[in-house]
Amino acid sequence: MDSGEVEGRTLAAGSATGRVLRLDEPLSLWGGMDPATGRIIDRRHPQAGQSLAGRVVVMPAGRGSSSSSSVLAEAIRAGTAPAALVLREADPILALGALVASELYDRRMPVVVIDERAHAAIRAGDEVVVRAGPRGASVRGPRGSATPRG
Amino acid sequence: MPLELSARDRAMLDGDAGEGPRIAMRIVASMAEVLDADHLIDVASAHVDGCLYQGQASLDFAERLARAGARVSIPTTLNVGGVDLLHPGLYRGDPDRAARSRRLMGLYEGMGCRPTWTCAPYQLPDRPSFGQHVAWAESNAIVFANSVLGARTDRYGDFIDICAAITGRAPAAGLHLDANRAGGILFRLSSVPGRLLSEDILYPLLGHLIGAESGSLIPVIDGLPPTTTEDQLKALGAAAASSGSVGLFHAVGVTPEAGSLEQAFAGRVPRREVTVTPALMAEIRDGLSTTTGRIDAVSVGTPHFSLDEFGALTPLIERTAINPEVDFYVSTSRAILAEVERMGWMSAYRRAGIQIVTDTCTYIAPILSPSTRVVMTNSGKWAYYAPGNIGVEVVLGSLAECVRSAAEGRVWRDDALWRG
Repeated sequence: MDSGEVEGRTLAAGSATGRVLRLDEPLSLWGGMDPATGRIIDRRHPQAGQSLAGRVVVMPAGRGSSSSSSVLAEAIRAGTAPAALVLREADPILALGALVASELYDRRMPVVVIDERAHAAIRAGDEVVVRAGPRGASVRGPRGSATPRG
Repeated sequence: MPLELSARDRAMLDGDAGEGPRIAMRIVASMAEVLDADHLIDVASAHVDGCLYQGQASLDFAERLARAGARVSIPTTLNVGGVDLLHPGLYRGDPDRAARSRRLMGLYEGMGCRPTWTCAPYQLPDRPSFGQHVAWAESNAIVFANSVLGARTDRYGDFIDICAAITGRAPAAGLHLDANRAGGILFRLSSVPGRLLSEDILYPLLGHLIGAESGSLIPVIDGLPPTTTEDQLKALGAAAASSGSVGLFHAVGVTPEAGSLEQAFAGRVPRREVTVTPALMAEIRDGLSTTTGRIDAVSVGTPHFSLDEFGALTPLIERTAINPEVDFYVSTSRAILAEVERMGWMSAYRRAGIQIVTDTCTYIAPILSPSTRVVMTNSGKWAYYAPGNIGVEVVLGSLAECVRSAAEGRVWRDDALWRG
């Protein structure tokens, strides 16, 4: 797609704009992110110490504990959550955290899945717009950039 | 494929069964759509993890359900909570957080869940039977139910667990379906010597490797002895579900859906193969250990210690004096603790100054002394999560290594174990 926009699947609806933080490995939010600060506390994670708050977090998949739904919902409530999650594989645990937060607090954090090539093309640090609705999702990069190339 | 709900599902969604089932069904149906399920199935039991306080959102959700009058409609067990209700004096953290944890635990009990407070519900009577669909949360319980019992649960988490318990329904998706239970990656143990295969410590290490290597493929292990115990499989699964997203593994000749390699892979060819060696296992042991030398504490029982594990630990502590400078914790369920008391083993633990922790776990609740810096454990899961969760250094070792190290006050290694 030459408009710098790729289409994907909506796991949780919402729309957001933010700078991309790429995670090199899947992260379990439970035991991996402190919902009070949004920081990655899993010391074995390559991006340990970085904050997810307000970022469009691009990661391969979720991982590990089934308590990650609660950690995500709590982070959304506390305002420390990512602006959006862009995954390569559907993750029901993360989708659920976003879904419950929208039920409880009426705050919508989009969770989307895009294909592997488009996922790999999103550049760290770029400002992107994520839109996720009932009929599908899109991730749009800055004009003229290579992010993302569909 | 569009989701097709039964008349009963639709009635729940429309609020005919009340506000509680309406909220719960809405969440189950939304998850079914995320998972691309075309219908819902009945589940026979649930194991709920949402009772562990993770923040205000945990309470807000449970309160909304409880206020709506929600009750579970199937037998439902509860995972660990944030406090040890039997030994409340062990809690060293913020009293406000303890009160919130307690309140959350009470809300779930009030919705009709059994106050089992354990991450190892498979150690309780009435566990799921082969082929039975259940809705279990808690990653180690999920992998045990699927792999060792041959029951069927997808990887449920907080929120959906109680919604499945209230509605008795779950999406027909993921590990509920035959097509998603076939092996994809093969781990060969032919290079691992017999002595190491019989040692408990192999299992969390192997689990850690399997979790890290499998991605979304179902792992198949070839070469475990038929004598492999449930506790060894528990340790393996818990570690695999910590380092990765494993919800099911097959062990050829050991687990019920893997009578043969062909059966485990449903007749297909493995997408990948990994050869496991003793050197690789020692490397993982050292990778999971963040320090060496002096230790301040030992913590075992993650997942919760079984009666058999108490049976193995009891003679060790009877003949080894624990160094008074080293705190020693065993986490277990109140049900297993009652058994330990019946066996008359508690006096040995009291004499040795060993603290039994129930209802929660030492890497979740603030139980360890604030001066604790280095902790030895036999659990891959504890070693994986504790440094991030409670800020300690960890050393991973076998149960015997943990006890001997607790006696000496510093890490003791059984080198014969690791010579390949």
